[in-house]
Amino acid sequence: MAQEELDKAVSGEYALGFEIDIEEDKVPPGLNEEVIRFISKKKEEPEWMTELRLKAYHKWLEMEEPHWGHLEYEPIDYQSISYYAAPKKGPESLDEVDPKILEAYNKLGIPLEEQKQLAGVKVAVDAVVDSVSVKTTYQEELKQHGIIFCSISEAIRDYPELVKKYMFSVVPMNDNYFAALNSAVFTDGTFVYIPKGVRCPMELSTYFRINALNTGQFERTLIVADEGSYVSYNEGCSAPMRDENQLHAAVVELIAMKDAEIKYSTIQNWYPGDEEGKGGIYNFVTKRGLCEGENSKISWTQVETGSAITWKYPSCVLKGDNSVGEFYSVAVTTLAQQADTGTKMIHLGKNTSSTIISKGISAMKGQNTYRGLVKIGANAEGARNYSECDSLLIGDQCGAHTFPYLESKDAHGQVEHEATTTKISDEQLFYLRQRGITEEDAVSMIVHGFCKEVFSQLPMEYAVEAKALLNLTLEGSVG
Amino acid sequence: MSRVVMDIDNLHARIGGKEILKGLNLQLEEGKVHAIMGPNGAGKSTLSKAITGHYDIEVLDGEIRYKGQNIVDWEPEDRALEGIFLSFQNPVEVPGVNNAYFLRTAVNAKRKHQGLPELNAAEFLREMKKLVQELGMKPEMISRSLNEGFSGGEKKRNEILQMMMLQPDVIILDEIDSGLDIDALRAVSEGINKMKDGKRSFLVITHYSRILDYIEPDYIHVLKDGKIIKTAGPELVAELEEKGYGAIEEA
Repeated sequence: MAQEELDKAVSGEYALGFEIDIEEDKVPPGLNEEVIRFISKKKEEPEWMTELRLKAYHKWLEMEEPHWGHLEYEPIDYQSISYYAAPKKGPESLDEVDPKILEAYNKLGIPLEEQKQLAGVKVAVDAVVDSVSVKTTYQEELKQHGIIFCSISEAIRDYPELVKKYMFSVVPMNDNYFAALNSAVFTDGTFVYIPKGVRCPMELSTYFRINALNTGQFERTLIVADEGSYVSYNEGCSAPMRDENQLHAAVVELIAMKDAEIKYSTIQNWYPGDEEGKGGIYNFVTKRGLCEGENSKISWTQVETGSAITWKYPSCVLKGDNSVGEFYSVAVTTLAQQADTGTKMIHLGKNTSSTIISKGISAMKGQNTYRGLVKIGANAEGARNYSECDSLLIGDQCGAHTFPYLESKDAHGQVEHEATTTKISDEQLFYLRQRGITEEDAVSMIVHGFCKEVFSQLPMEYAVEAKALLNLTLEGSVG
Repeated sequence: MSRVVMDIDNLHARIGGKEILKGLNLQLEEGKVHAIMGPNGAGKSTLSKAITGHYDIEVLDGEIRYKGQNIVDWEPEDRALEGIFLSFQNPVEVPGVNNAYFLRTAVNAKRKHQGLPELNAAEFLREMKKLVQELGMKPEMISRSLNEGFSGGEKKRNEILQMMMLQPDVIILDEIDSGLDIDALRAVSEGINKMKDGKRSFLVITHYSRILDYIEPDYIHVLKDGKIIKTAGPELVAELEEKGYGAIEEA
């Protein structure tokens, strides 16, 4: 089949590339102590937080940007980025949220009015535009269950003890270069605390929107599930189409106590840049969950379709005995996108188990790398891991790479690894077309089949969104 | 002679730079069963690919007139929607794609093309279940991934299931009997015979005569070196069995 036809079928248009026309407060580009103090002051933070930020900044200055990823990009000029931008209108109540932001979120399909629900299901939303949270819904209803769901800025002011105890406890401020940068300049993000024995009655979510020009987004999310609790949290994002690259360096920390479970789902749809590799988001993210107590469970599900560069390894530290870590991932690279993504499963406790299912899809000039580590500690008797890494290639200019690492200090650990690389074959396409199915529908059917195991992990309303997004990314010419 | 539904006229086609069909002429009549027999490498599978529009095929000369139109430049799906069906020699596996979902998509694409309302899931499944039972397939075949891990016999039964659901006008059966045990062969043949309605045409491509005991052909065409070198009635089967292809001379 002609390569142009395939390319046409997979060069999906980016549908969310509009700009919200609002006035923003913005600091001039550049990073120094003054900028950090400015951010901290804007957030009305207590002194201890300002000091922690400065400490992180100094650590960052001594660190070097890592380049072990299978990624190629122009050097990032950290002094050309603006580290704070916020819509001018106050975020005190819904009435005060700029109508243009409400309209934009409606356009993105994210309801900020509580009476409007996503696919008929109640979903609480924290809406973040550039450096601030503009609205958090259902806070009152959640409070009745003892659940704290607020922006991280609010949490630092209102729940300092919880923040002091848990922030940096899973991802230390000097964990890596981008985590250190985030620790110094993080602007907003979400804080969740689920008390003992509470099952969160609705899906929680944060929707991140980069809007302002030349700004970076550095959000920080902290989720604590106390003993025997359960929460399902979802994260979505998008950005305008711009010729310049924009930096997104987030940190997410999860803590699950005894018998607690956290299910964390991401649909990542940052602007990917164009087919020549111009523009797009640089996405350098540190996500880690700690299964602190026995029988705890943390499950990461990610659908990565956006960003020019993705560098991201949502991981689980399985400290509690019998704890469970899961990683389900679909990463799509088309146009000139590059992704180096995977996970780390660190088995410390006895009888801990982990599952890794990674599906990489590459099309056009996309480069997709799976990088995963399974580490089994000396005391992790009876630890088990199952890994499956499959790559699907569409066309012949793209690439798929797999780097699985295994470190085992316990001879009794059971580790299974399976990897496949397949091309969407002409034979599969022809078979489906011979039954009267159009070429685009056939590509979509094969790709969805390939991703099935991961999509089935997403909450239903997000699975629908992920499927639609995948169609849009891969078959732009369809409807 | 019945009405001609497909008229292949002086077809020259190549695969990977090599000319395989060298001026092939063949007329398929409405309601008739045509068997194409010939030695390995004669161009039997190339012929089925040329009719269905496989990417590997480059048509150099000649026409395939189907229902009065030359379809040589048509997309594969357009040929399928107009009623051309190929039962594949080796049906490909498509992991993660539910068999019923796939077939319903295909059936509804065809219904849409015909201006008919789409079948909803319940209507479709009722029909599919009935045929699955008729073909002696296991019920779990309905929800398994398309052809994935199917045995040879299961794959062929699944082809026949698709044929029966799609109700095509011209059916090409490419080595339908290869890899089938006697029970599967019987079930598959029964399915095919049920589709005979005096209108529908069949093109049975086969290396062996075994299948022709079950599906009685009206015509036997001998394909050798890219051309049809002889056309006769079913009595030719016995002669081929006895003397082999070598003895058949171009008419």
